[in-house]
Amino acid sequence: MKIMVAVKRVVDYAVKIRIKPDKSGVETQNVKMSMNPFCEIALEEALKIKESGLAKEVVAVTMGPSNCVDTLRTGLAMGADRGIHVEAARDLVPLSVAKVLKKLVEVENPGLLILGKQAIDDDCNQTGQMIAALLGWPQGTFASKVVLDKEKQVATVDREVDGGLETLCLDLPAVITTDLRLNQPRYATLPNIMKAKSKPIKRYTPEELNVEIKSDLEVVQVTEPPKRKAGVILSSVDELIDKLKNEAHVI
Amino acid sequence: MEKWRATSNLRRSLKSILNRQLSSVSEFRYLNEKRSCQSSFNLIRDCKSLGQVNAIQHRCFSSASTLVQRNPSFSTLNSDDISYFKGLLGEKSVIQDEDRLETVNTDWMHKYKGSSKLLLLPRSTEEVAQILRYCNSRCLAVVPQGGNTGLVGGSVPVFDEVIVNISSMNNIISFDKVSGILVCEAGCILENLISFLDNQGFIMPLDLGAKGSCQIGGNVSTNAGGLRLVRYGSLHGNVLGLEAVLANGDVLDMLGTLRKDNTGYDLKHLFIGSEGSLGIVTKVSILTPPKLSSVNIAFLACNDYSSCQKLLMEAKRKLGEILSAFEFLDTEAMNLVLHQLDGVRNPLPASMHNFYILIETTGSDESYNREKLEAFLLSSMEGGLISDGVLAQDINQASSFWRIREGVPEALMKAGAVYKYDLSLPVEKMYDLVDDMRIRLGDLAKVVGYGHLGDGNLHLNVSAPEYDDKILEQIEPYVYEWTSKHRGSISAEHGLGLMKANKIYYSKSAETVSFPLNKKMQRISLFAGCVSPSHGCTSCLN
Repeated sequence: MKIMVAVKRVVDYAVKIRIKPDKSGVETQNVKMSMNPFCEIALEEALKIKESGLAKEVVAVTMGPSNCVDTLRTGLAMGADRGIHVEAARDLVPLSVAKVLKKLVEVENPGLLILGKQAIDDDCNQTGQMIAALLGWPQGTFASKVVLDKEKQVATVDREVDGGLETLCLDLPAVITTDLRLNQPRYATLPNIMKAKSKPIKRYTPEELNVEIKSDLEVVQVTEPPKRKAGVILSSVDELIDKLKNEAHVI
Repeated sequence: MEKWRATSNLRRSLKSILNRQLSSVSEFRYLNEKRSCQSSFNLIRDCKSLGQVNAIQHRCFSSASTLVQRNPSFSTLNSDDISYFKGLLGEKSVIQDEDRLETVNTDWMHKYKGSSKLLLLPRSTEEVAQILRYCNSRCLAVVPQGGNTGLVGGSVPVFDEVIVNISSMNNIISFDKVSGILVCEAGCILENLISFLDNQGFIMPLDLGAKGSCQIGGNVSTNAGGLRLVRYGSLHGNVLGLEAVLANGDVLDMLGTLRKDNTGYDLKHLFIGSEGSLGIVTKVSILTPPKLSSVNIAFLACNDYSSCQKLLMEAKRKLGEILSAFEFLDTEAMNLVLHQLDGVRNPLPASMHNFYILIETTGSDESYNREKLEAFLLSSMEGGLISDGVLAQDINQASSFWRIREGVPEALMKAGAVYKYDLSLPVEKMYDLVDDMRIRLGDLAKVVGYGHLGDGNLHLNVSAPEYDDKILEQIEPYVYEWTSKHRGSISAEHGLGLMKANKIYYSKSAETVSFPLNKKMQRISLFAGCVSPSHGCTSCLN
């Protein structure tokens, strides 16, 4: 079986996000970019499945401008066997990504497609669900545990839901999106970084895949959340009651 | 009582200078020239009467260290003093509450404990000046305190000194974006300065594990080293100016913001690393380098110490201008961190290695720097210098590598008793001491070696379930003698404090310590004697 994993290049999780002066979006110039943490978890899970002998190959896919190849190289250094880069200059919305992925699935025929549950830059949490719908595959989102049964061609997925855990049984091929507690991604070791340099990366354009990249959404403005006001220390209970009555209007 | 076993050479020079026999009661009695209260106070050390030395001090100072006794010429606090301070600072900044005093009387390692009855929290230079003027006139001993993160007992009282804590002086005064010069009050916490500068696109030239608590005034007073010294140099190079209050209350304004100023003696350098003995630093002006966008961190394993050295040489040559940290820890240190700290995992889990190296590069071009680092790592791996390694792929991974190196002191604390030695040694000899100590101590205790390899700074730590005089006897003065023999320093970046107050002679010749300027500095009213009278530099100079 082949596993396909989608990885996205985003502003590093630890970087303090700044808004562009013209409020058109988030500042990405001179900012550290890394692989989306949920995608790292998705890739780690695929590698674990491969190491347990249940899959033969892990293919990492990314989309975006040419520097997205760096993220792909990270994926290859973690252990993915080969990479696919779909070049796209403009921002991609989840539906476009899902459409491109569908075409790649048709080319590659994976038995399992694993994605992060969301990307930390736009927090959409849509791509996994959309691609499952487009392919007509079963989906296990927010996975915190994945068990594969090769004989029965079934994946058992524990999902983190509001009330606790929900366990689903999915027929393969299926789409799984990963939550934070699924696993702890591995580090890229030097020997693997070396090996990654010679691993193949195949390039596509959306045109070659017959997908039209367009967006039905327009970003009007991006602003920072309002700053929290500093607290004050009061000197008496009377003062507190006064504030609660006259400023907070809660009593 | 301490056995003075320094080299005969050192002893000869001591004798020739002072022309006195070493006393059997106290080796340093010759230093105890009696002077009047107003000029300079001396500690009268007498090992026969333990007097006010409390249990904790006893543990630390027994056998191998000198016992210190309170100088009776200092006054004790009375109610008039308290009301004077309350009038000066206001009720809230004069603390007599026992719980709060407990915290400021005890050092971070819970190794040193004073019995101060009063904590003062001045908010301005003028308030510090008035406190010191008053204490000087009343002969009250004072200990300046910042974040209280020191490791040598320099930041807590020895007896009942008044604690002047400058944490309320935490304002940033100015920042010049063109030159990168930051002027701030001494009580600013290092981490707050780092995040303030981060917003401006700059970084602090020093970074250390205690950054969340330590204050810039204390960093300057102790000439703190830390993780970036290999790149940006010591505070002697980065501090452009400072303001300090002398023990008699005079304010010395040396708060220049100039990179070049050749007018007369550069007095500020005397305050950098003087551990509060010359006065209290109240404001600092510091040169900050711009924040560069590309930071890469590799965590590597080496089989032996000679590979670590070769790797350092190669790193200097091949990484050159982008190298910003070169740290090492041995397998014992790694084991401690993995066992004592939650959430830390070994980046190289396959097997344990003898040495671990952390290399950080900082530069302006991500792809160029990464390529350079990768090329260096690959060639080192092919050359057999590195046996394994990982390269951080994001900031989170980078922080987890730093967490291992910065977590060593914390892990040691959790493991029980720890004897800490901070030594500067020639890099090639550095680890021999750790090996020697392991043979010496055998099963008595664990010997841990880590530190700033790039600066030739070894942190030699001995970890045991509890403090034991038998262990201390094996360590001291052996470690000091060993260091002295190899012309190292017994305090690379931690300072002398109380722990090594009388050990200065292992690293500095008697001629240097008794150099006329050293003594005159105190007499010519630079130093009136009330500030940190029992600590570090002061004790030796008195």
